[in-house]
Amino acid sequence: METLRFFLERRADIATQTAEHVFLVAVSVGIAVAIGVPLGILLTRRPSLATPVIGFANVTQTIPSLALFGFLIPIPLIGGIGNTTAIVALVLYALLPLLRNTYAGIQSVEPSVVEAGRGMGMTDLERLRLIEIPLSLPTILAGVRIATVNAIGLATIAAAVGAGGLGNSILRGLSMVDSRLILAGAVPAAALALVADGLLGRFERWLAWDR
Amino acid sequence: MSGPAVELRNVSKRFGAGARLVLDRVSFRVEPGETLVLLGSSGAGKTTALRCINRLVEPDEGEVEVEGREIRSWDPIRLRRRTGYVIQDVGLLPHLSVAENVELVPKLEGWSPERRSERMRELLAFVGLEPSRFARKKPRELSGGERQRVGVARALAVDPPLLLMDEPFGALDAVNRRRMQDEFVGMKQKLRKTIVIVTHDVPEAMKLGDRIGVMHGGRLLQIGSSVEILAQPADDFVADLLRLESAPT
Repeated sequence: METLRFFLERRADIATQTAEHVFLVAVSVGIAVAIGVPLGILLTRRPSLATPVIGFANVTQTIPSLALFGFLIPIPLIGGIGNTTAIVALVLYALLPLLRNTYAGIQSVEPSVVEAGRGMGMTDLERLRLIEIPLSLPTILAGVRIATVNAIGLATIAAAVGAGGLGNSILRGLSMVDSRLILAGAVPAAALALVADGLLGRFERWLAWDR
Repeated sequence: MSGPAVELRNVSKRFGAGARLVLDRVSFRVEPGETLVLLGSSGAGKTTALRCINRLVEPDEGEVEVEGREIRSWDPIRLRRRTGYVIQDVGLLPHLSVAENVELVPKLEGWSPERRSERMRELLAFVGLEPSRFARKKPRELSGGERQRVGVARALAVDPPLLLMDEPFGALDAVNRRRMQDEFVGMKQKLRKTIVIVTHDVPEAMKLGDRIGVMHGGRLLQIGSSVEILAQPADDFVADLLRLESAPT
């Protein structure tokens, strides 16, 4: 009850931080989609590149997030204190699920369908547009969903490098040993993740061609 | 049109250096309006020979001509759009309806929606599928035989002069296969197209082919009408193949 009252008192702050949080996640997932999906498609055309590129994306996933944010700070242009550093790190994390799902999605398209497309006289681009992308869209979207939910969680740590978002409440709560303040950041972040997961999941099912 | 619709001259192909020859100096001609069946067991090279005709395979040696023109002077995309291609797995696009599948190539060719839809109805009726019942269905709602029919309709969509069929009825059960073969004989007479069919099934070859080319180990052993081949098999292999496979079905 008391925590609830505390939340109500801080609703303006929570709203601002939630908006900042959504902004961080939307921008970084957006950039990651713009890089990861075309790159994933390219990898299906140049399979020899697939192992090193997906390997690189795998390695970035293993770097502890707090350390990655820290590493980026001294780098000129993309580093420093603030949203840019946070977005760069979040993009790096979001890249792997997108790359992997795009690559796997296109690889798993029935070979006879692709073969039929070739036999019908489709150009490479027509095959991509009319066969491979539509058929792998549910898998690609599953990647977007994983990347988004991950990014919502990771973005709370971005406060450590001076970015906005719900992480600020958590960080301040930690230093002031105020669990209510921690919850004021953690609860909306968890809710955000659930909502994003639900919405994207619904969109994914709506797109599924084999439903 | 004078001259053969398709001609292969001494075509050889191997997949990868040092691999065995998949095609070993294969030569044959297909006359306009004729149906040639390439017959042989798996690994005989018949599918590879077929795929040389629409440039899905590039020969290492020898020449392929379509309508009197060397195949390398054809743009592969143009060539394939003028060549109907039917494969055993059919390869219908699972996310599109029957109508959209049949209309795909006409759409790529820039036909108007009215013309496409009219053609689609005509073709579905031609392959024995009631357009109003089937047009909106998805491939997974169809039986194997129905899918195969849609595959044939799709291959015929832009009225290509040449039709290539790779084990077109191979995925069907015996009853449906016989029925499709019988119907195909009727279709073929109405269509008057140049057709090349690949099969391992001797009775099918006898039924569908004006001429039959027997292939084994990458070589074309004999080519002729079914009567010629039955009466005078070129060698023991051909004789065995006919005896073993044509007896029980």
